[in-house]
Amino acid sequence: MSTNENTNTATPAMNRSVGMPGHMKIIFVVLLAVLIALPFMVYPVFAMKVMCFALFACAFNLLLGFGGLLSFGHAAYFGMASYVCAHAAKVWGLTPELAILAGTVTAALLGLLIGSLAIRRQGIYFAMVTLAFAQMVYFFALQAEFTGGEDGIQTVPRNDLLGLFPMGDDIVFYFFVLFVTFGGILFIYRITHSPFGQVLKAIRENEPRAISLGYHVNRYKLTVFVLSATFAGLAGATKSQVFHLASLTDVHWSMSGEVVLMTLLGGMGTVLGPIVGAVIVVTMQNYLAYLGAWVTVIQGCIFVIGVLMFREGIIGVLSKIFKKPL
Amino acid sequence: MFELLGIPPQVLLGQLLIGLINGSFYAVLSLGLAVIFGLLNIINFAHGAQYMMGAFVAWMLLNYGGIGYWPALLLAPVIVGIIGIALERVLIARLYKLDHLYGLLLTFGLALIIQGLFRNYYGVSGLPYQIPSALQGGQNLGFMFLPNYRGWVIVASVIVCFGTWFMIEKTRLGANLRAATENPELVGAFGINVPRMITLTYGFGVALAAFAGVLAAPIYSVNPNMGADLIIVVFAVVVIGGMGSIMGSILTGFGLGVIEGLTRVFYPEGSAVVIFVIMAIVLMIKPEGLFGKSA
Repeated sequence: MSTNENTNTATPAMNRSVGMPGHMKIIFVVLLAVLIALPFMVYPVFAMKVMCFALFACAFNLLLGFGGLLSFGHAAYFGMASYVCAHAAKVWGLTPELAILAGTVTAALLGLLIGSLAIRRQGIYFAMVTLAFAQMVYFFALQAEFTGGEDGIQTVPRNDLLGLFPMGDDIVFYFFVLFVTFGGILFIYRITHSPFGQVLKAIRENEPRAISLGYHVNRYKLTVFVLSATFAGLAGATKSQVFHLASLTDVHWSMSGEVVLMTLLGGMGTVLGPIVGAVIVVTMQNYLAYLGAWVTVIQGCIFVIGVLMFREGIIGVLSKIFKKPL
Repeated sequence: MFELLGIPPQVLLGQLLIGLINGSFYAVLSLGLAVIFGLLNIINFAHGAQYMMGAFVAWMLLNYGGIGYWPALLLAPVIVGIIGIALERVLIARLYKLDHLYGLLLTFGLALIIQGLFRNYYGVSGLPYQIPSALQGGQNLGFMFLPNYRGWVIVASVIVCFGTWFMIEKTRLGANLRAATENPELVGAFGINVPRMITLTYGFGVALAAFAGVLAAPIYSVNPNMGADLIIVVFAVVVIGGMGSIMGSILTGFGLGVIEGLTRVFYPEGSAVVIFVIMAIVLMIKPEGLFGKSA
């Protein structure tokens, strides 16, 4: 999808000065300050949920916004990582960081497996293939022994971090989640602003030309797919530790749809868009939960309005106003 | 009676029949997707929701209007098709100049809205729909019992599929349609109203989905979620077959239904995923699909 040229035109200028441009440094520092204060203002579990979904949406945006690949099956990596992490913590008794690592590695391997097949098709077919494979993972989660079927994995313990620090208190655990998710988002930012990210952009804008310049396009596509799946897994695994739960909701296709919605709403191909989108969608679900199925209708309406009139997303519009990539 | 690999023929043929019925729905739905994709270049994610609407409209005609199965078999696709035409005119037509993925996102949003609305008013428990009196009972074929209605579903699907194939491949209207798929500008230059043709094609594809929905209503209960999971399997069917050929969609649909039925006999645990496994194999060997054009 190539609607965000406007946000990318400034990249050569960014490359001249080494590292992050000044305004992004300020934004990230302010964001970090807000996040440090957040658990003392809102319910920490809610804040952690938002942060996990922000990382999930950033991981998805890495693939869609920078790789130009629309996956409709990212719930597979998010959900499987959450199951494996929950299993590792509950049955194997692993500490949080190792359990999350186990989940993340699982997502990476699953991404490698599905990605190597899915990149054989492009565009609409790519979306359908990823959706179909994610549905296969869903059926696996429904039938496999260790996932607990309809019940999921419940009462997942939160063991001591590194075997030393108790994590039972939500505020304490919040700072661990902050470290993981904020670190993940910075890492994704680093990937997109590396030479690798520049090649990805070139492939997205003009694949035949990238091939003619000698780039192994499929290798780049597979790498970004696996990276995206890995960070989606990191988000899913962390979420299962936050909620002490891994369930079918996390692998269902509607979860894949939600992460598309967050990215579209916030602005695909922008750095901050997925974060903003995740905050809005999760907050909306939280406060409108009493409306039941109307939430689905509202989400559908946002999709329709977003696609018809608002394709740049919130951050895309803001970055046009401020004439700076955000 | 003979036994095959220790499986009684009644079980085998029974599952084969269920496979053929599932295959009928796969065929009609993937046919609709292929027709729409051919001309509009979008994947209609709302196809499952429109299939569900077909079943619901039949149910509403019966319960609110006293209109029975046979008129509903014609009326429901027409009504849902007209709703589809309105959606195409008002919303989808705005996207033709953009990346095709936006069409997918838009129709995904439409599917969420439609399913959410029906879930609000009718819940998720499912509503019963009676088999029409003319098709109750069944035939004893000697080796198995064939319920009349199930036989009818297969016959009706085959007729509709081949009727569509005939119309597109053998008539003048179909020739115009195929020409517009190849080169809409040139066909427009010959004085054919291409935008109207696109609108009617979308309406027709949607009507096919609704027709499948009416056929399904007496077999499965009428449920707001009935199309959501089915459409994902149909996507896999479409990837396996490739959308280049009408006959290809039909054959792939029926064929995969039968394979799924056979899997249920020999390896029941695998029946839910066998189509996805076949998709993986096809992607490895012939990524453009069995009947697809390359690239």
